[in-house]
This record gives sequence, structure tokens and C-alpha cells, in this order.
Amino acid sequence: MKANVQNGSFKEKLQQLFTAHEILISRNDTPYVSKVRYQGYGKFNELGFPTRKNESWKNTDLSDVLSLDYTKYLERDEISGDIDSLFACDVHNFETDQVSFLNGWHMRTSGQLKKMPGGVIAGSLAVAMQKYPELIERHYARYANPGSDLFEAMNTAFAQDGLFIYVPDDIAVEKPVQMISIINHTENLLLQNRNLIILGKNSRLTLVMCDDSTNQNASFNNSVTEVFMDDGAQLDHYKLQNLNNISTLLNTTYFHLESESRLNTYALTLNGGLIRNNARVKLNGRGSDANVYGLYLMDRKQHVDNRVFIEHAVPDCTSNELFKGILDDEASAVFNGHILVQRDAQRTNAYQKNRNILLTDKAAVNTRPFLEIYADDVKCSHGATVGQLDNEALFYIRSRGICLASARLLLMYAFAAEVIGKMTLEPLQERIDEMVKQRLRGELHICQNCVLHCANQDKEIHFDIDLSKI
Amino acid sequence: MLLQLKNLHIAIKGKEIIHGLNLDVKAGEVHAIMGPNGSGKSTLALAVAGKEGYDVTSGEIIYNGQVINDMPPEERARIGIFLGFQYPVEIPGVSLTNFMRTAINEIREFRGLPPMSAKEFLEKMEEKKQLVEIQTKLTNRSVNEGFSGGEKKKNEIFQMAMLEPTLAVLDETDSGLDIDALRIVANGVNMLKRPDSAAVVITHYQRLLEYIVPDYVHVLYNGSIVKSGGKELAVELEEKGYEWIKKEINA
Repeated sequence: MKANVQNGSFKEKLQQLFTAHEILISRNDTPYVSKVRYQGYGKFNELGFPTRKNESWKNTDLSDVLSLDYTKYLERDEISGDIDSLFACDVHNFETDQVSFLNGWHMRTSGQLKKMPGGVIAGSLAVAMQKYPELIERHYARYANPGSDLFEAMNTAFAQDGLFIYVPDDIAVEKPVQMISIINHTENLLLQNRNLIILGKNSRLTLVMCDDSTNQNASFNNSVTEVFMDDGAQLDHYKLQNLNNISTLLNTTYFHLESESRLNTYALTLNGGLIRNNARVKLNGRGSDANVYGLYLMDRKQHVDNRVFIEHAVPDCTSNELFKGILDDEASAVFNGHILVQRDAQRTNAYQKNRNILLTDKAAVNTRPFLEIYADDVKCSHGATVGQLDNEALFYIRSRGICLASARLLLMYAFAAEVIGKMTLEPLQERIDEMVKQRLRGELHICQNCVLHCANQDKEIHFDIDLSKI
Repeated sequence: MLLQLKNLHIAIKGKEIIHGLNLDVKAGEVHAIMGPNGSGKSTLALAVAGKEGYDVTSGEIIYNGQVINDMPPEERARIGIFLGFQYPVEIPGVSLTNFMRTAINEIREFRGLPPMSAKEFLEKMEEKKQLVEIQTKLTNRSVNEGFSGGEKKKNEIFQMAMLEPTLAVLDETDSGLDIDALRIVANGVNMLKRPDSAAVVITHYQRLLEYIVPDYVHVLYNGSIVKSGGKELAVELEEKGYEWIKKEINA
């Protein structure tokens, strides 16, 4: 069952869609989820689509995106062709448990809801709603706040499927879990994934989320993820975005950290038409730490908007933000870093850095730090820079016999490497390092690369750094 | 003749710094260029290495018979010119090993040679590191990042050793060095001397020239060479100071 989102304003189209298909949309809902959905729909009706007059959308223009017609699949699409090869994995030393999504729907081929050693559950949220209603009720929509954001309200109203992970107390998940979300369709698709990740006390997880498109059709993915980390939990979270130039991805991730938990999250934007990453971290338990990193490499008319909101709600927490970007051609980027230190959050450490390199006069960055501090025993810093490649360094490199093009690549790679160097998972770090080099050389094609599958399965991947080629 | 500077005029942003300078350097020679601050020593060095914005407004830089006024810096490096920087640049994220390997292979490619094998490269690194008493950990670190002043200068000589230039221009390589580092740097330069190569050593003080003995000493003042002589000129300068030259010129 698919429905077309056409006629009238974007909002009217969606309202028509909801009214016509609400039974189908809410088919898997528990009473709790249904209640949340209708609250979300209520908010969606109240709020207007943002324009550039809204402060938080001032530098990100959605008017083109919202003027397109989209198709939304309300049921799993009938699959044909060789699906496995789309999700094939061929990275040495990097084995993951894959949870695959095609056009917004969980792929049955990888098992609807896998039970893994130690009681770990990973798979389709739609299925989890039926099987684990008590877990869902305890966590679903408990951290997100659709009250003020139209897109979150819209996601809450329309979301049907997404990734669900539950890690019980004291379990360290050995293999990384990887969500591969691929958009491959002949029509313009509207997707609204909803993901829920629950980490028990002292548990540990590495989660890789890849967003890829495999053709040149427009798509609009409005995704919301909620992550709950109980006392002492550790999460390494990687987002890899490699989408085509007419795709739109809005994704908001809520991280809720209880005491002594530790988060590392990395947003890597390699390609995409319009991408907005909204990370909202609540340090809710003493001694919790959050490291929020981002790297964006954009060209042509691509646009990326990174927003980070970190709330220090309790004492003795640390947060660290490092976002770096290189912008070529007419690409544009936005960085908004908001740190909120509540009155009781004494002995807070909060650091924020955003660095940008513009390669042309037409590339643009809007960067804005915002510190809101109500406690008095606090160490906070922020810094934002926008610059060009360092001419002194370029000359130094060239004076050793290295040509200008290589010298530029070397400096761009070195600039990006600071973020890559923060990654904890070595095989993945190497693979990302390789992708960044390919991206900088202009050799990364969106139809060929996701972090896990390679254009040519027979071709061995070498991770040796050979700077003579970059 | 390895290097000939003929009636060389150099301007930065339209302001002339070097006014008609002449210098001949033959293979096998060491030339010292001395002079007070602001006389144009570094400008000359950077122009010979091909830095953008250091415009040759008239005259010629001739290297091995070829006029290289408009040659980009990487090509000058590939035909054998090396500049030891007064202020080596930090390049975070690029290890010295990768930097040198890239440089050597680009130079080899230019000369029609295959890339150097990893084994050969590492052996060469090892050998040259010892020459300048450089610590192994430095080569794995980012280029010059967090290096002390002495380490940066030793690193310049290490790079020179790796690239084996025909003409080395060393811009105040002695500034900021303690006596041990100075000795190591000077030793490095002396060991790298070949019959077919030459060095132009730019320095403010005579101290370095006790270790690197020059064949010729030139005094640069207000953008011109105002006096040339043998190594004894350096000693005289050390004793009398630059005031003596200034007075002589202005008289």
C-alpha cells in the first residue's frame, strides 16, 4: 500500500494521508504508542512548517524540499531483484550484525527481531512494539520532545518502523550493530524512521548507522532516534551519510545519559543534498560524559546543518564537541552548538569547537555557539573558526617537491584526520579514513559506497595510507 | 655555475625589498649571507624557493643554466633546490614519515624513477635520522607539531638529508638553537656536502660559521650585497658589528 503526497500544501497532503490511512499507519501500535501518535499528530496540526523566518531554520531553506511530491509507503514494499547484493559486506576485520532497511522498512531477510547472545535484541521497531510492549512503554517517546518541533511531531505521528535495540544490564555487545538504510526507488520517497536504542546498566554497544542512496531520485527522510543509556552504559555511535544530491535527511537523535555513562557519537556527512543532524544530549546522571563529533565534506550545492544541544542537568559531567568541515563550490554549512548548564550542575566541563575550511568564495558557513550557564563552578569553552587552506603550510609542502593538488589534499585530509583520530573502533576508523580520502579525491560515488559494501567485491581493500595518491 | 642571481629585484606587494642583487654560486661552494635584521635575507631565500607573492620584478634567478623566475616551488624542489625554513610550519595530521614518502615519490616520478620501496624508504629514514640525532618518535608525529625550536631545525636538516638537494638554502637555521643543537645541525650540513652540491647559509651571527666554514661571506644590507669576502669577513663582522658596515655604506 502506498500513498501519494500530492495536492495542496505539504502539510495538507500529509493531513490527508493521515486521515485516509490512520488505521494502516497505526496497525502495530500498542495503546501507549497509539496515544503518543495521536498526541504527535495533534502537535503536527498545531505547528506550521518552518520557514527561514524561524530562528532555528534561518540558514537552512526547506522551500524546495517541501515543494516536491513524494510517495510514502505505508506497508513494506514488494521486493524484487537481488537484495542481498545491495547490503553485501566486504570489509576486512570488520564484522557487524546488520539490520537492514530498504526504503524505510526493515528487511525481513535479516530476521525480524534477532535475539543475540546475552539477551540482546535488535531488529524492527514495528515488531518490537508487539513483542516487548513494556520496554516500549518505558522508553518510547520518553526522551524526544515533539512539543516544539514540527518534524518530530510529524515523525511521531507517522513513524511505523525503525531500528530497535535492547542491551540488558552488564552485557557488552561484542560485534558492532549496523543499521544500513538504503533508499532505492524510482519514485520520490518520503520516509519517517523511528529508532529506539536502550542500553542497560554497565552495558556496552557500538552502533553504526549508515544512510545511503543508490540512485538519483529525490527522497525525504525525517528520522528520529532515542537513545537511553542507563548507569555506566557505554555507546560508540557512528552516523555515516552518503546520499545523493537531491536527497533530504533530517534526523534528530536524543541521547539520555544516566550516571557514569559514556557516549561517543560521530556524525560523518560525506554527501547529501540537504542534511540536518540534530543531536540532543541530556547528561542526567552524575559523572556521565558525552563526546559529540562531526565531520562534513560538502561540495556542489550540498547543504549540511549540524545542531548540538547539550544539557548538563546534574553535577560532575563532561561534554566535548568537535565539528569540522570542508566546503567546496557553492556548498553551505550551519553549526549551532548550544550548551545549557543547569543551576545544580556544578563542576561541569563543557567544551565546544567548530572549525571550517572554505575552498571557494561561494561556499558559506554560519556557525553559532550559544552557552547558557546557571551554575557557578563551571569550565566552559567554545571556539569557531572559518578559514582557507593555510598558504604558509601549502608553500612548505610544495617546497619539498609535492605538487599543489597533492598539497591541498594533504592539508584537507590532515584537517579531517583530527575527527577520524577520535574514533575508537579501529577497523571502522580505517574504513572511514579511506572513505574520507576517496571523498577528497572525488572518487567516492554515492551509488557504490556505504561503509560496508564495496563497489567491487573481488577487489581487496588496502588500508595502508599512501599519501602519494591523495 | 649552479646558481646565478643576476641584477635581481624582488618586491612584495609592490614594495621592492631586494634591489639588483648579484650572486654566483658554484658546485662545491658554501656561501654565507649575513646582515642586520630587515636587510632582505629571508626575502631572498623565499624568492629563490619560489614563494608566491615574492615577485621578481626584474633580473634573473638562473639554476643550472635555466631561468627559473616563474617556476612553481614544487618544480624547483624537484630539480634540486631545498629551503631550510627559518620558521618551519606545523602540519597537524600529517606524519613526517608520510610527508617525506610523498615528497620523495613525487620527486622520483618527476625524474622518471619508480616509487621507492617501503623497505628502502625506511632504511633511508633510519640512516638520515642518525645523521641529525633525531628521535624516532618525531618521525611518527605530525610534521613539526609540538616540536621544540631545536627539533624543528633538526627536522629541516633531516628533510634535507632525505631529499638530497643540489642547492641548499638555509634560512637562519641557527636561530634559537642551543650549542648542542647547533653542532648537530652544522654537522648534518657538513656531512651532506657533495662535490656537485652547494649551500647558501643565511645567518645573523658568526657562531654557525665556526661549524660550517664558508668559502665566501656576503653582507646584505638594505636589499643589496654591500661587501663580499672570505670567511675572515664573518669574524670581522662579529667583532665590529653591523654598525661598521652601515657607516661605511652611508659615508
